[in-house]
Amino acid sequence: MSKPIWIARDYAACSGCKRCEIACSMHHEGWMWPEASRVRVFMPFPGCEVPHLCAQCNDYPCVDSCPVGALSTSADTKAVLVDREKCTGCGVCIRACPGSVPFLHPGDDKVTICDLCDGDPECVKVCKEAGYNALMLVNEEPNVHRRLFSRNPIEVAKDLAVLFFGEKGEEVI
Amino acid sequence: MSKPIWIARDYAACSGCKRCEIACSLHHEGWMWPEASRVRIFMPFPGCEVPHLCAQCNDYPCVASCPVQALSTDADTKAVLVDREKCISCGKCIKACPGQVPILHPGDEKATICDLCDGDPECVKVCKEAGYNALMLVEEGPSVHRRLFSRNPIEVAKDLAVLFFGEKGEEVI
Amino acid sequence: MPGGYAGKFLDIDLTKEKVEDITFDDETLEAYFGGRGLAAKILWDRIGRRWRKIDGLDPENVFLALTGPMTAIYPGARIMCSGKSPLSNGTVGSTASTEFASELKMAGYDGVIVTGKAEKPVYILVTDEGGEIRDASHLWGKVGEETIKLLNREVTEELAKRKPNVGLWKEPGIIYIGPAGENLVRNAAVMTKICHACGYGGYGAVMGSKNLKAVVAKGRGKIPAVDAPESVKLLLKKTHEHLIGRTTMRRWGTGYAGYAMGADTSSEPIRNWQEEWHDEKSMGGPMFENRFWVKKKWADFGCTTNCMKISCIKSGRWKGDITDMPDYELEAYCGTNLGIFDPGENIHMSALIDNLGHSGINGPNTMGFAAELYQRGILTEKDFGFKPSWGDAEAMTKLAWLIAERKKIGRVLGEGTYRAALKIAKKKGMKPEELLKYAVHVKGIEIGAHGTRSDADYTHDISYAASVQGGDHTSVAVDGFTEMSAAVFTDSAVFCNFCFFGVPQELVFDFAKAVTGFPITQESWRRVTGPRIVTLQRALLLLGGPDVTWEPVGDDDNPPRFYEPLPSGPYKGSKTDEALVKQKRKTYFETLGWDEKGIPTKETLKKLGLSDVDPLMRKFRK
Repeated sequence: MSKPIWIARDYAACSGCKRCEIACSMHHEGWMWPEASRVRVFMPFPGCEVPHLCAQCNDYPCVDSCPVGALSTSADTKAVLVDREKCTGCGVCIRACPGSVPFLHPGDDKVTICDLCDGDPECVKVCKEAGYNALMLVNEEPNVHRRLFSRNPIEVAKDLAVLFFGEKGEEVI
Repeated sequence: MSKPIWIARDYAACSGCKRCEIACSLHHEGWMWPEASRVRIFMPFPGCEVPHLCAQCNDYPCVASCPVQALSTDADTKAVLVDREKCISCGKCIKACPGQVPILHPGDEKATICDLCDGDPECVKVCKEAGYNALMLVEEGPSVHRRLFSRNPIEVAKDLAVLFFGEKGEEVI
Repeated sequence: MPGGYAGKFLDIDLTKEKVEDITFDDETLEAYFGGRGLAAKILWDRIGRRWRKIDGLDPENVFLALTGPMTAIYPGARIMCSGKSPLSNGTVGSTASTEFASELKMAGYDGVIVTGKAEKPVYILVTDEGGEIRDASHLWGKVGEETIKLLNREVTEELAKRKPNVGLWKEPGIIYIGPAGENLVRNAAVMTKICHACGYGGYGAVMGSKNLKAVVAKGRGKIPAVDAPESVKLLLKKTHEHLIGRTTMRRWGTGYAGYAMGADTSSEPIRNWQEEWHDEKSMGGPMFENRFWVKKKWADFGCTTNCMKISCIKSGRWKGDITDMPDYELEAYCGTNLGIFDPGENIHMSALIDNLGHSGINGPNTMGFAAELYQRGILTEKDFGFKPSWGDAEAMTKLAWLIAERKKIGRVLGEGTYRAALKIAKKKGMKPEELLKYAVHVKGIEIGAHGTRSDADYTHDISYAASVQGGDHTSVAVDGFTEMSAAVFTDSAVFCNFCFFGVPQELVFDFAKAVTGFPITQESWRRVTGPRIVTLQRALLLLGGPDVTWEPVGDDDNPPRFYEPLPSGPYKGSKTDEALVKQKRKTYFETLGWDEKGIPTKETLKKLGLSDVDPLMRKFRK
């Protein structure tokens, strides 16, 4: 797909299989390492699975916040890029992100953020292959809606819980 | 797809667009004729759309009921076939069908039942094209499950109403 | 018979209880097409000469529910409702997506025309056997959901009784009114499928004034034949390819815009348009999707856009409320315009307002107007019986009911924003201008949720000011040329404009030609047919009615609020450009062949085949 791209989310369609975590870490780390995956699937209650990944907010608060200029954006894909040499593991970008999406790598404590696999995301492929389509590739410029998708995954899961379970959903998370 | 085939239903995924009715009648009648379609969408309440079509019950009660042997089954597809010359429009097959699926044709009053388009159903194509996948082609021989899908569409819709609307769903149909 | 048409119309006089089949000749169908165009023609022919004396709620008004030749053939079947508008005293071609339209054509009818008034509540049933008038006393007073449920049961039972043995009878298509229309709320809608509405024009009140609760159709015939069936099949395939390619629209519908119109284009009504900018993430698309969307792909007849979704509140105070996602207009009007920024409360208000048969735009416009009058102390708690405070969903619920039932100040508010402003001014001994500055309408028709002050949305200077349909955001005045082949066309061909956007116009007009056999092009619509329809609508609008007429040029303008600078947001200080309004209005009139006052000239009327309208236009030219 020609750039710029974005990974659209259909949270209710997430099966919770976590193949996205497996595929992402396979690609970036060379082996299966879910907690080093740039997309992480939260499941605060069974049935309420939420893929949590960078939304490429159009104002990139993370990039602005970095005290050492370790973060930048790709001109083509519009993904956030991390210069791991410069990163000091301070965590300021995690706090600047509305949804606390970035995390410090479980191996070297450098900040880790989805880079959209340089235009051909692995997570989307496996999600589509299985027919879940919770993560879908779309052609889209960064826009004002992006920050709506950078949200605490527990809050998203609470919404899903009510959608699925009705009033009981208010109690389970 | 090699035969035998079956059209699997995902009722909750039906959008209510009725392109299946349009495609089926275009194919069988030469023009758009929803009430001559072999698949009919019932919508007793908005949001609760149910595609109603032959399920190819493995014991074919309709075939057994015909007093003039106008009904038979296709050896390849396992679909029910109607000999329109023999059919006397008595309606016994409709009464014998657990879900009252067959209709008397709005033009010539002959019994009209899905023939699986000789192996390549039109309704499935348009449903897939639009991404709804409420009707999906599967490779499957007749089995004891089939009669579960030959059900009054209003009863199916009542289930969908509760699934979608919770307690309110018990009241709307 | 040209292609696409079923061939006949039902003509019903409710006073005389007379039901007849009528036809129109090919020349008329080619000249006016169907839907909005044909409605204007029928209205002119039947009541045009007495127009000024007839109020929209008089029995003499004509209620029309018409399809067009492309209905149920082109994706997205719609019905068009019209008549003399009780709001503008002109006409609006107001459309809604519904199987009522496809069923009507399958029953052999292109439309239903209703005059007179029934003695007691009735509904009209249209089947393959023709039209009939049936008792609706047991349905009067019922909200939308109940009406659908009862009519679905009653009509399928009845049809199964009349023709048993043919197999299961499917439910009919239904257009209906709620308590708002029954109680003659002037801007009430004609409803269908719980949340689709012919919202502009007040035709729900017209039905109510005739004691007409619903029109129901069930046919078993073919969709009408077309002129070039092989071409139509091919074009249909291509059209669907375009529609299916619109991934964002299919995914979100217009509900996505509830955040964007606030945060981005700064054009969303907030608290009766006192502001148009907000950055409330609570109104973002995903907030609705994740908690409330129980069906994410919901479509109408023949449509692959499936912009609609079904929402249901699953827990809490408003548990059980069902509506569509809501679409942007109701996200704004049943949400931000009432000061409500909570998705659940927004969904509740949308569901309630639809259930009551209010127009989802026009009704809450009046509610917002009333709430601002309360805010400013012009109306007090005593007028309502409660405090209609911004953002108070309980209070807004009561207000919606108050107006639907015409109780207390609801009696006056039920006259629509414009007339309510005049009446309240009179009652309080204030000058009309003092109240009209809070009334956001054009020609009596409350304005859709797209402001003009930021100029960043698709609506600008003359969009509403010069439009023959006033505040109707679905049919805005562009340049007297471009919009002829857009809304004027889709409202007359009658199909969904969301199945029109994103499809190359050339393809659409080829489709129209292949269906009808008429020599239609985009150009012919822009230069002849469109202008013919809009000019006739303009003439009727100018004639006015017994209580209200509009001043040419003076009332071809935006409401005072649209000239107040925006108080907040990135477009703070911005307002609609008056000079631009003057200039573009002049050009708009010129392009359509109207004089500098917007009166159609004798030459233009002659060119468009409307010479018989000329005698009534002479007095405006002086």
